[in-house]
Amino acid sequence: MSTAWPSIEFRVNGDQKSVSVPPMKRLLDVLREDLRLTGTKEGCGEGECGSCSVRIDGELVNSCMVPVLQAQGSCIETVEGLSANGEMHPLQKAFLACGGAQCGICTPGMLMAATHLLAKIPSPNIAEIREGLAGNLCRCTGFIRIFDSVVASIADSSSTSVRQAGNAR
Amino acid sequence: MRGDPEAHHLVAPSSLDGVLSLLAREPGEWTPIAGGTELMVAYAAGRLNSKKLVNLWGLRDLRFVASCSESISIGAGSTFRDLRADSTLSKEFPLLAKAASWIGSIANQSRATLGGNLVNGSPAADSSPALLVYDAEVELISLRGKRRLPYSEFHTGYKRNVLAADELLYSVHLPKRFSQHRQYLRKVGTRRAMAISKTALSACALLEQGVVREIRLAAASVAPFPTRLCRTEEAICSQAIGPETMRAARAAVLAEVAPIDDIRSTAEYRRAVTANLLQEFLTTLLSGSENR
Repeated sequence: MSTAWPSIEFRVNGDQKSVSVPPMKRLLDVLREDLRLTGTKEGCGEGECGSCSVRIDGELVNSCMVPVLQAQGSCIETVEGLSANGEMHPLQKAFLACGGAQCGICTPGMLMAATHLLAKIPSPNIAEIREGLAGNLCRCTGFIRIFDSVVASIADSSSTSVRQAGNAR
Repeated sequence: MRGDPEAHHLVAPSSLDGVLSLLAREPGEWTPIAGGTELMVAYAAGRLNSKKLVNLWGLRDLRFVASCSESISIGAGSTFRDLRADSTLSKEFPLLAKAASWIGSIANQSRATLGGNLVNGSPAADSSPALLVYDAEVELISLRGKRRLPYSEFHTGYKRNVLAADELLYSVHLPKRFSQHRQYLRKVGTRRAMAISKTALSACALLEQGVVREIRLAAASVAPFPTRLCRTEEAICSQAIGPETMRAARAAVLAEVAPIDDIRSTAEYRRAVTANLLQEFLTTLLSGSENR
């Protein structure tokens, strides 16, 4: 069946995008297949693991649970939007420095959940970090290095850019 | 098998009236979808039977928290993040705010709606025990008008409710008369975050000189749908809290709950732990310690 799907428009990392896809297609699949933004990963596909975390209009969401039609008119932030001018985001640097990334599948989601956390709470305590990342599963690190990475990124002198990135809605 | 996006229609009327008109025109044909935290799981697994879905996400008429002197009204499209963020609700109805805080993860709370939690009707629904002890009313809407009924009458069986084919859950109303009540909510799951409850107990009670003047108890995961524990309440009401009442309460709750064995727990464990939770609540009444 060849159907001309209506176009759905939204912004991704500041760029205006328009896609003509079935409205029930998952935002995750549109990002990866139609927009070739493969940083966002699929883990469980049922909202348990957080690998596909992105931000929509400043809210953290699992992109596997969003029919793309529901993203119409929204501003989406993905992991590809974290670095700027070839420079890694302080969170990315901290994950590298602290061993917060191992196999890497959970990492984009962890980074987006951490970005969201720091946007809401610029200096979270460890309990707040644990809650902020509770929806993101990692099978490699045992989580401690990930928590350490978030703490290290806050301590980083360039933490102003953390806040700037976090405030981008 | 994966969900096939081309096999499902999804339409997004721009207003609540538009949705209600569609439901009235083709009653039973359309499945409403809000935050998708339930339906998209079934969809991804290729077991979403509904071929025609109508979008509720983003409808402003369904997303509000309105407070007046006597009650608070919550639009069915409000997310659990909305509930956590509302200071009046957190102050007046702390059990509901607490339940909202442990529904899934932050990413789930930003999408999952109160209405979705109730209409989905899981026996383990996190918001239900709190709503039941707060004497919540639900308001339903269709082109025919609105109607209100106690939330305790909303569920009629496992994943069944009173909604007609052309109706939506519109809002939930909570009367503001629990500020003097001692309140309790505890969920027992496999881990603290992201777990579906093996059992959960919610309670509120009004004491006068050590005697229970009023008590409401509700539980999740111990019956085909979240339920008030009225016979257990009767065993406690008008009694002084002491060893005898504790024993009677345990016996009553063990007789009243009807849990099952499933992938998350066993009936035996659920019965024992539900009775322990009740005892924990009654013990807090005895000691005068703070809300959990």
